[in-house]
Amino acid sequence: MKQLLTVILAMCMPVVASAAGGGGNLDSMEPDLSDQSSLQRGAQIFTNNCMGCHSAEYSRYKRVAKDLGIPKELYEQNLIFTDARFGELMKIGMPEEQAASWFGTAPPDLTLTARVNGPDWLYSYLRAFYKDESRPHGVNNAVFDNVGMPHVMVNQGGLCAEPPHIGQESKVDPSTGEVVGDDICDDWAIEGSMEPEEFDRAMYDLTNFLVYLGEPALMDRKRIGVYVLIFIGVFFIFAYLLNREYWKDIH
Amino acid sequence: MNKLIQWVDERLPVVDAFERHMSKYYAPKNFNVWYVFGVLSMLVLVNQLLTGIWLTMMYTPTAEGAFASVEYIMRDVEYGWLLRYMHSTGASMFFLVVYLHMFRGLMYGSYQKPRELIWIFGMAIYLILMAEAFMGYVLPWGQMSYWGAQVIINLFSAIPGIGEDLALWIRGDYLISGATLNRFFALHVVALPIVLLGLVVLHILALHEVGSNNPDGIDIKKNKDADGKPKDGIPFHPYYTVHDLVPIAVFLAVFAIVVFYFPEMGGYFIEKPNFQEADPLQTPDHIAPVWYFTPFYAMLRAITFNLFGLSSQFWGVIVMGAAIAILFVLPWLDRSPVRSMRYKGWFSRGALALFAVSFVMLGYLGAEPATPIKTMLAQIGTAIYFGYFILMPFYTRMESTKPVPERVTTK
Repeated sequence: MKQLLTVILAMCMPVVASAAGGGGNLDSMEPDLSDQSSLQRGAQIFTNNCMGCHSAEYSRYKRVAKDLGIPKELYEQNLIFTDARFGELMKIGMPEEQAASWFGTAPPDLTLTARVNGPDWLYSYLRAFYKDESRPHGVNNAVFDNVGMPHVMVNQGGLCAEPPHIGQESKVDPSTGEVVGDDICDDWAIEGSMEPEEFDRAMYDLTNFLVYLGEPALMDRKRIGVYVLIFIGVFFIFAYLLNREYWKDIH
Repeated sequence: MNKLIQWVDERLPVVDAFERHMSKYYAPKNFNVWYVFGVLSMLVLVNQLLTGIWLTMMYTPTAEGAFASVEYIMRDVEYGWLLRYMHSTGASMFFLVVYLHMFRGLMYGSYQKPRELIWIFGMAIYLILMAEAFMGYVLPWGQMSYWGAQVIINLFSAIPGIGEDLALWIRGDYLISGATLNRFFALHVVALPIVLLGLVVLHILALHEVGSNNPDGIDIKKNKDADGKPKDGIPFHPYYTVHDLVPIAVFLAVFAIVVFYFPEMGGYFIEKPNFQEADPLQTPDHIAPVWYFTPFYAMLRAITFNLFGLSSQFWGVIVMGAAIAILFVLPWLDRSPVRSMRYKGWFSRGALALFAVSFVMLGYLGAEPATPIKTMLAQIGTAIYFGYFILMPFYTRMESTKPVPERVTTK
């Protein structure tokens, strides 16, 4: 029994190792793919603001519509801007070479960006733009230094005059008793149409959608996994009893 | 049914084969849980073959289409994600159970006379498995597929004289390209699995010829009853076929937890940069092999000094090759009169424990970016790894062993 336990522990070791991994200075973001309205809002932001330059060329409109519970007509009217058909891949019209000359590098495809960078990084990156006149687009990013991308959602999110507080815990100043670092930005160069909290929520929705986009089967596998494990559990009981029956005379 | 079996048996010795390998193959009755990893590796092999066949139906083996076809499998193919995760998890699990299976062999002296050939076939399986896994990892054509292959194949160019030409011959191009992908696909899907299956058959035939070892390292054939059956043996079928079902269920549960809840295993089973398509112009920040190669990768990087006018890179390759080659001669390094760790002396036990710890440490170091302190640890680990084998003829002969009982012990 002791040996069996050792072996099971040995087999679980990679699980422990993976659970212990941590990130750097990023704001944490816990995706919730069961929140369909968040995903729908995220899809809307993605289509309106990202898909001008970024494709999602491994994903199909039809699949997104189905998974997010958006009716076909509604989706086609509001979320497909090209002449692509409903069943097609989410490609864009911008030619790669031209894009590269405009931004220094071609905007990457975003289908799998959440799997490459992780939700924390995306959520932080999207909220980390700040004013920097030395850069071609006048903005820099606190998470991705010297980024080639302009701050696309500056009208909604505003632009901070200095690097925003990403990945910092809010602290109470001992001398004044004031809460420091509570706001993401102390000095706005451009005020956005959204309140900072509102914009955070929008970027949460966008990140949530990108996590979904990275692995549409994520919810499916977690749901199916339960049944598979129940089946294996029942199989274990029968195997255990059968084994006991056969081995009772072996000493 | 009986008539059918009889009809076949008159033409093909199926009954004889079944009795020889299953119902009248006498296995020691004192197997403990360490003896399940052989069966588990067979189980994973079947999983790899079946999921692999289905993946092949949907995969496109070209540099232009490979990455997209894997995402096609993940998204558009019904349960394609399940096939892919079962295959990727299976690859890691294959190595996990094979490493534990090998450790069992080290612990109970399963390689000792008369089982030298079983060990050698097993090592050949391990070697082919490494080639199979390496080439399989290139197929998704992600960044780590590409750059991992680049690093590993470049190792061959460290060989003086023929190195560059050899690397060129393996790649089929001046850099990793579609030509490399196509040949790796052919080898991964057709050639190596055939060799692997052949070796597994040889491994088992050799085992069934001399009989299984056991945790006491006792030869059960020395104690036979009046019918000529080993007193400490029981027929493999039904006793062990039934017995193995229990740990198989436990293993399947672990397997399913990974497949359904941690398919990337925090970047250890599927590395994050591999979700980016291969880009020959952009090197990832940190190129690390998958976890099952990291101990050897750490040994490769541990050699940081030139020697005899040959580059450190060359010696690194030699050390890495030697680390695997030395395992083949293990049966002739162990001079102990007893097989099992249960009756060997404290020196052997300590050496095995130290060896296991340093192997795990090397595995960790191989996945990390090199720093001076980590490189030094890797050098110590490499010294322990080789010391375990090179000193084995001395410490196994010198130490005093415990008396081995006549019959197997069961708790």
